[in-house]
Amino acid sequence: MSNSKILANSVDVYYGSKQALFGISMDIKEKEVTALIGPSGCGKSTFLRCINRMNDLIEICKVSGSIKVDNEEIISDKTDVVSLRSKIGMVFQKPNPFPKSIFDNVAYGPTIHGLVDSKNDLEEIVHSSLKKAGLFDEVKDRLNEPGTSLSGGQQQRLCIARAIAVNPEIILMDEPCSALDPIATAIIEELIDELRLNYTIIIVTHSMQQAARVSQKTCFFHLGELIETGETNKIFTNPDNTKTQDYITGRFG
Amino acid sequence: MFFWSLVLIAVGIFSSFIYGRSRIKLNSKKQGTKSKSLPTYYAQYVLMWCLFPALIVYFSWAIFQEQIIQNIVISNFEFIEGAVYNEGLLLAEIRNVANNPSFADGKSIEIINAASHYSSLRQISQISFYTSIIIIMLLGALYASQKLKPEFHAQHTIERYIQYILIFCSSVAIFTTIGIVFSLIFESLRFFAEVSIFEFLFSTEWYPFIPIREGQTAAEGSFGAVPIFAGTFLVMVVAMCVAVPLGLLTAIYLAEYASQRVRKTVKPLLEILAGIPTIVYGFFAFVSVAPFVKAFGQSIGIDASPTSALAAGMVMGVMIIPFISSLSDDVINSVPQSLREASLGIGANKAETIKKVILPAALPGIVGAFLLAISRAIGETMIVVVAAGTAPNLTGNPFENVTTVTVQIVVALIGDQEFDNPRTLSAFALGLVLFVITLFLNIIALQIVKRYRERYE
Repeated sequence: MSNSKILANSVDVYYGSKQALFGISMDIKEKEVTALIGPSGCGKSTFLRCINRMNDLIEICKVSGSIKVDNEEIISDKTDVVSLRSKIGMVFQKPNPFPKSIFDNVAYGPTIHGLVDSKNDLEEIVHSSLKKAGLFDEVKDRLNEPGTSLSGGQQQRLCIARAIAVNPEIILMDEPCSALDPIATAIIEELIDELRLNYTIIIVTHSMQQAARVSQKTCFFHLGELIETGETNKIFTNPDNTKTQDYITGRFG
Repeated sequence: MFFWSLVLIAVGIFSSFIYGRSRIKLNSKKQGTKSKSLPTYYAQYVLMWCLFPALIVYFSWAIFQEQIIQNIVISNFEFIEGAVYNEGLLLAEIRNVANNPSFADGKSIEIINAASHYSSLRQISQISFYTSIIIIMLLGALYASQKLKPEFHAQHTIERYIQYILIFCSSVAIFTTIGIVFSLIFESLRFFAEVSIFEFLFSTEWYPFIPIREGQTAAEGSFGAVPIFAGTFLVMVVAMCVAVPLGLLTAIYLAEYASQRVRKTVKPLLEILAGIPTIVYGFFAFVSVAPFVKAFGQSIGIDASPTSALAAGMVMGVMIIPFISSLSDDVINSVPQSLREASLGIGANKAETIKKVILPAALPGIVGAFLLAISRAIGETMIVVVAAGTAPNLTGNPFENVTTVTVQIVVALIGDQEFDNPRTLSAFALGLVLFVITLFLNIIALQIVKRYRERYE
């Protein structure tokens, strides 16, 4: 258990008076891809957004329980949310580049965190982030064009480059391919496979095939509860729980 | 008379509707087929053919009746050789006698004759008015009822008619605008026939008093509008200095920091500011703010006049705060939530997110809001009439009296000169300039807002 990166212990989430998550406990290992699967509305995105406190943006959302990142409690008023979020990058369902140039999109994070001293350093970070996101060769001649002018798949990779430019340790991905076509999806999945070497990745996905392709661990959520968690191979071939069995064989969801 | 004719028309359209519906049912039963449209469309078809011709008759009578009767009366009037008549006075006299026979005492026989002629013509007109309305409605219904066959697509026709009605309604506003522009242009041309356009636009002396009687020793008037434009500009700048920071910061607070509950209370409260009649702002400026400005000016050693650009501009600024705050709030709110999440997700704090992501994204819309507020400010009249004074000073000192385009228009039009006097006509030239400026500002503002919308939708 020494290399556990994120440790959640009986996390409850309420939207107003409605409870969305029931006592979620989970142990996420370093430098692995963990997939959260389950039918719509089962709370997997809600859980993901607890990890970088994105739920703070929703006024009526209340989170209780404990989540530790690198053994530090983050569900607490004392948590420094800004530094937490610079450690945990996030990629969203719909590509959401800023209405700025491609370069400025990636440079945004390093600039506000003061990670660079000179223009050359900034340029280097931007280029290396774009390279890591597998986008550099496609955009190197037009870094000054607006990020919104790229195709959907390119925009999503731009968002990944933007996230990794601040050098996070964890990347949260909230259905990163649901707005993309199969080819763009395949490129992103390949990219996730490469990023796994350096980052801990948690990915929410609707596609069971995608979970099977990219993840090492899979967690199955249903109606706000964590039903089963385990090695991806096992979940998809020989799950312990009948609900998991029913879901992955397409009997509901 | 016109009230009862409206009742008549109402009865007509009601019965035509009933008639149309029962008639089509009867016809389709007779032919043994189902009608192509629902019966109510045939009824509406008959109704329209009944209503619109009747309305045309109604309005042409309302517009032309009096004119035609008067022309007939005048042309039959037994003018006495050598006497001088004022046609307007004569007609008024005839009408008075006709409407109220007790006025007939002491009037000449020609007038009394003409008055009885006038009354009889009115009676004839009234009878023929009712008959023609009834006839035209019957004719309309008759024409329409010929079409009441099951194979006739009444619904298509009705939809086309409704489209015509909608086009008519929307063109009313457009033609009114065109009419306003032309009246402004023609009156301005009359002004520029007497005063050179270069003097008007570039001379700095506004002294619009010219002798109205011969032998009067008043100075030659001069019509240099520069001080007026400068005054307008000065008041506008003061107003924007107040409204832009307050409005924009209010909008940022409401959109980004305030809780839903605060926002739902404060925003309508702010919008009430926009509903206060501007003359009330004028009182406020004159009674409360202007003395304060004067006292403040004295305390720092500036001689402020009792009415000043500063007082008027500040109050005007308060008036346009809701324009800026409400529009900017909408714009900031329409910046997609995903951009906020993206920025916060990288670890930016709220201030950085607003400064570097939200405001740049919302900027075009915010600028649009500013421009709309400016065009509102320079078109504003009552506050400046009351609080800025009427002296056309060419000055950049906001503690002094200034005057604005709108104020000078008011001043020019409430004078007792004749209408073709250059002073009165100058109102139209000033109005034209004002119209052109605000038109351009609005066009630019709307373009900016539109381009911004396209980017996100």
